[in-house]
Amino acid sequence: MVSRVTDDYERMAAAGCEVVCEPAFWAGFDRSSAAGFYDYFRQLSEHEPKRAAKFGLKHFCWLCINPKEAEDVKLAEEVIALIPEFLDQQNVLGIGEIGLNKNSRNELKVLEMHVDLAAQHDQLILVHTPHLEDKLKGTRLILDVLKSDRRIRADRVIIDHVEEHTVGLVLDAGFWAGMTLYPETKCTPARAIDILETYGKERIWLNSACDWGVSDPLAVPKTAVEMKKRGHQATMIDKVVYQNPKKFLGQCGKFKIG
Amino acid sequence: MTRQQVLDLYFLDARHKLIEIAAFLDRAERATGKDDFRLKTFRTALGKLSSRQKEKAKRVLLTFSDPTTKPLNKAEAKGAVGAWHSRQG
Repeated sequence: MVSRVTDDYERMAAAGCEVVCEPAFWAGFDRSSAAGFYDYFRQLSEHEPKRAAKFGLKHFCWLCINPKEAEDVKLAEEVIALIPEFLDQQNVLGIGEIGLNKNSRNELKVLEMHVDLAAQHDQLILVHTPHLEDKLKGTRLILDVLKSDRRIRADRVIIDHVEEHTVGLVLDAGFWAGMTLYPETKCTPARAIDILETYGKERIWLNSACDWGVSDPLAVPKTAVEMKKRGHQATMIDKVVYQNPKKFLGQCGKFKIG
Repeated sequence: MTRQQVLDLYFLDARHKLIEIAAFLDRAERATGKDDFRLKTFRTALGKLSSRQKEKAKRVLLTFSDPTTKPLNKAEAKGAVGAWHSRQG
């Protein structure tokens, strides 16, 4: 996790985490060139796995130009052209986290370019849905793009950061839904469990945001404890925090654990 | 869980959050100036809580959400603010 210190890896390993899956994301500022992205992709696919391995964690990554940087379509084209070179790397799972940020035309164009790339190379897709007031509109636009491309199989796409008003849209369309545990702007453990109790445990999983902002790499283990407090069976907890991610990610032949 | 179990597990936390919301409104009303779109939307969302209708969390989120369907011509800013303003388009 390029934005975190080794203490976080240590704590995750002690909490029983086995794997870290890290999407290409915004650095907090706009990278100035495609070369900056090339170095970032090297960091994700070469350096970070070695750092995680020191703590007994397997590290996988997703590659893309993040929606926050997608307003510059020319830059996005240059960056997307770099990605195929990395797709055969042993820890690269697929294309992500693509999606939308402010739901603009350029962001949509870049999303479509990524979807085309994923289809051409038969890659799994991880999708970011926008924050706060933009999430509902963005989720609808994203679903339209994905459903309109016949090459895209819904069972090979996970649409992340769902909340109460978008989870039904995603699951009804046949896609996987990710609930991201993030203190202020996404889901809390209690709400995530409420969503599980309402929508069931199929095609849905939990993840912790671990980025530059206030976030907790242990949010998934803590949510597992919360599920136990509510009386959920160990098999249910295991399905949501381990078996479901393993099932989805195992569609990439490189993802082998346990 | 039974309702009793839900209350036993979550009542104190929810009570704390309700007081924080009340204190936030007190703070905002002590301050000079008018409500902007965020506070107006917040007050509308609060109204969803006293309703007997189900899916309150979903209704609150929908209250804050952009209901439009057409993409923006251009993203003028990167961040979201928490509530949709109709002037954003």
